[in-house]
Amino acid sequence: MKLFARLYTALDETTRTNAKVDALVAYFQSAPPEDAIWAINFLIGRKPRQVVPTRKLREWAAELAGIPAWLFEASYDVVGDLAETISLVLPRGNASNDMPLHIWVEQHLLPLRSKKADTQRKEIDSAWNQMDRVQRFVWNKLITGAFRVGVSHKLVTRALAQFSGIEEPVIAHRLMGNWNPDSTYYHQILSPDTNDADISRPYPFFLAYPLDQDAEMLGNVTEWQAEWKWDGIRAQVIKRENQVFIWSRGEDLITAKFPELQRAAQKLPDGTVIDGEILPWKDDRPLHFAELQRRIGRKNITRKILETAPVVLMAYDLLECDGEDVRNNEMAWRDQRLANITAQISGGRIIHSPKVNTDSWKDLAKLKDGARNRGVEGLMLKRLSSPYGVGRKRGDWWKWKIDPLTVDAVLIYAQRGHGRRSGLYTDYTFAVWDHERLVPFAKAYSGLSNDEIRQVDRFIQRHTIERFGPVRSVKPQLVFEIAFEDIRKSPRHKSGVAVRFPRIARWRTDKKIEDADSLETIRALIHD
Amino acid sequence: MVHASSLLELTEFGFYCRRGDFYIDPWQPVNKAVITHAHADHTIAGCKTYLVSKSGENILKTRLGDEIRVQSIPYGKGIQLNGVQISLHPAGHILGSAQVRVDHQGEVWVVSGDYKIEPDQTCAPFEPLRCHTFITESTFGLPIFRWQSQDEIFDDITCWWKTNRADGKTSILFAYALGKAQRIIAGLDASIGAILTHGAVENINRCYRESGIKLPNTQYVATIEDKKAFEGALVIAPPLADSPAWTKKFHAVSKAFASGWMQIRGNRRRRNVERGFVLSDHSDWKGLTDTIFETGAENVWVTHGYAAEMVRWLNEQGLNAKAIPTRYTGEIEDTDL
Ligand SMILES: [Zn+2]
Repeated sequence: MKLFARLYTALDETTRTNAKVDALVAYFQSAPPEDAIWAINFLIGRKPRQVVPTRKLREWAAELAGIPAWLFEASYDVVGDLAETISLVLPRGNASNDMPLHIWVEQHLLPLRSKKADTQRKEIDSAWNQMDRVQRFVWNKLITGAFRVGVSHKLVTRALAQFSGIEEPVIAHRLMGNWNPDSTYYHQILSPDTNDADISRPYPFFLAYPLDQDAEMLGNVTEWQAEWKWDGIRAQVIKRENQVFIWSRGEDLITAKFPELQRAAQKLPDGTVIDGEILPWKDDRPLHFAELQRRIGRKNITRKILETAPVVLMAYDLLECDGEDVRNNEMAWRDQRLANITAQISGGRIIHSPKVNTDSWKDLAKLKDGARNRGVEGLMLKRLSSPYGVGRKRGDWWKWKIDPLTVDAVLIYAQRGHGRRSGLYTDYTFAVWDHERLVPFAKAYSGLSNDEIRQVDRFIQRHTIERFGPVRSVKPQLVFEIAFEDIRKSPRHKSGVAVRFPRIARWRTDKKIEDADSLETIRALIHD
Repeated sequence: MVHASSLLELTEFGFYCRRGDFYIDPWQPVNKAVITHAHADHTIAGCKTYLVSKSGENILKTRLGDEIRVQSIPYGKGIQLNGVQISLHPAGHILGSAQVRVDHQGEVWVVSGDYKIEPDQTCAPFEPLRCHTFITESTFGLPIFRWQSQDEIFDDITCWWKTNRADGKTSILFAYALGKAQRIIAGLDASIGAILTHGAVENINRCYRESGIKLPNTQYVATIEDKKAFEGALVIAPPLADSPAWTKKFHAVSKAFASGWMQIRGNRRRRNVERGFVLSDHSDWKGLTDTIFETGAENVWVTHGYAAEMVRWLNEQGLNAKAIPTRYTGEIEDTDL
């Protein structure tokens, strides 16, 4: 466990990708296979479910620390992380024990769930007592089902590739699906015979540049294909040898997250690879992206999720046709083939991305600006003669986004952030004028620099009016420009409106609260 | 806010002793200021006269200028002001830091200022005092703050420095310029390599040396012409120096921050440093609570930090505690945490 805790610390202490990969490789070089496979298991996000209710853990930790429950909660509010708070308040134990990770997991952690509360407590007390602070922290993360460290699936894959000398896609293929975290499988992951992985291999994604010039500069509009820029998860759907693989742009295999799509893709002809966007979709319209996010966050895809947030594949491009790489054929050719293929798939789960045809850039620009209520982010422009390239290149593909809406609003509530920004006041509520009153209108937290966050935090500390649990009301004084993608009527909100993706565009130090916008002007932004 | 019979009361200028007509760590310029220590949040310029500990005089003048009118007294020696006896006692926080003991006809109040219990080579050790009313800081007044021994922390710093040195990197350690920086420098093994300083730190070093504190040799970064000298060196700088403009002169660096706040992961990540060394010149939860009980005080006023939480806890322990608002709210950047 010490080795794994040390790895956790090393990963936590750096933001540099290379340093993280180095730390992982160093770990694989020294960890026994029985441990390494569990480490991989946890690091790629296959974390155990919560074993003990956190309510109980808080209670036990406070008791062991000899502090009242309210003081534990106050501490938690400052730290912003439960596992960390527990590891900080517990009295020092006898940390001489160094039991390997797999023993901790297999003999202590996994059996815990089925035990009675008092046995659980005894086991956990004894575990805490045998660990130092970092080990306790990692252990707490595991038993609360909240294990997360700043490495992606991809980084683990890369580190394993570097460590073993086997290509990344092969490792990625082997890490997907169901496998048992035992040493046999560890050896299988590192096996030099790579035939097993060929059929799942995706192509590198081709990415568009944001359009940073006048669209007229792109030449004749008829040489371009325009389609909506959908807001979902860019993905490649592969059907080979009667098996379906779905890859995200982050090169994660996400097949299991989208069973309905997997079923639909089974109907594709063998030797087909489609590039598209996974969208939450109902009644011929995309749902809010948050629905998809929520769905992805879930470990298990329940029937309820399939009903509330069903997905489709908005098919953009065809990369492989009848088992052949067709990326160098022209866009127009590929799009025609794609249309033929999608037309044969019943069920409406794979949709050929509709084209937006106009005679002039001006008309196209108008369509783009009016596109907000379609639930899209703008337009994609692709040269009809373009091949499907590799990576991000200027010239043939452009994304043409709708300008965000903005409003000047006043900071009125603040709450401490959790996770990366734990401890500082970083979650804000903003208000706008409703006649003489300020009414809350949006919550936002992203968009400020670290320096600004610290300044705002200091302001909040010094200008608190009232505290309601973790929330503070603050003197209305600071004005921020809030950008958002869309606005709708919403009877559930005090202000009567709901905005999509609100974020802080900038801090308007030049404005006074009298200069903030009013509800009236905001309502005028709603288009029906 | 506090009734007039109280020996010390809180006014808009800070803690005031009406009977003796003096202020302790005032927030505004006053006639007579008794200063616990020279950190910015305890020292205001423009007072007519200052009373400070003998060992703190130099530093106060470095901060406020040579022309200020200062009376300094050795630790433990009492002086009388209108029948009120004042004496200063080591607070163990930084060089010259003092607790202020105020005694009127046997009623004793103590204002702690900032204090730490752990020994520090660069200042006199904290002296426990008995009193009726104790006014304590609470910067780290939550049970999540529990310091490891400084020997362990110094080992960690040494190890980090050696590793960086082996990689040809410059180690930049951010630490508060007054007190923390000198405590670290005094605790380092100078045989490992060169110890370089930011100007703000070097100024205080000079002052410490003049006051008789032994520090290993340090060299002001700006006086170094050959950039080769940065390789493998350890640079001590105040947190505010952490800007690209200042750090660009060093080639390959590893950055770390020494502060009690580094106890919380989120703080270290936000600072964007690779290492956070949990080293504070304040007391941790145990240091604060043990000290409070040791004073034997029935009344405890809590300032600076997690006052609300400490007060609630102390009241639950049967003491008569209350929170005192502070002008300053501690923040990593501009105070001595
Ligand atoms: Zn101080």
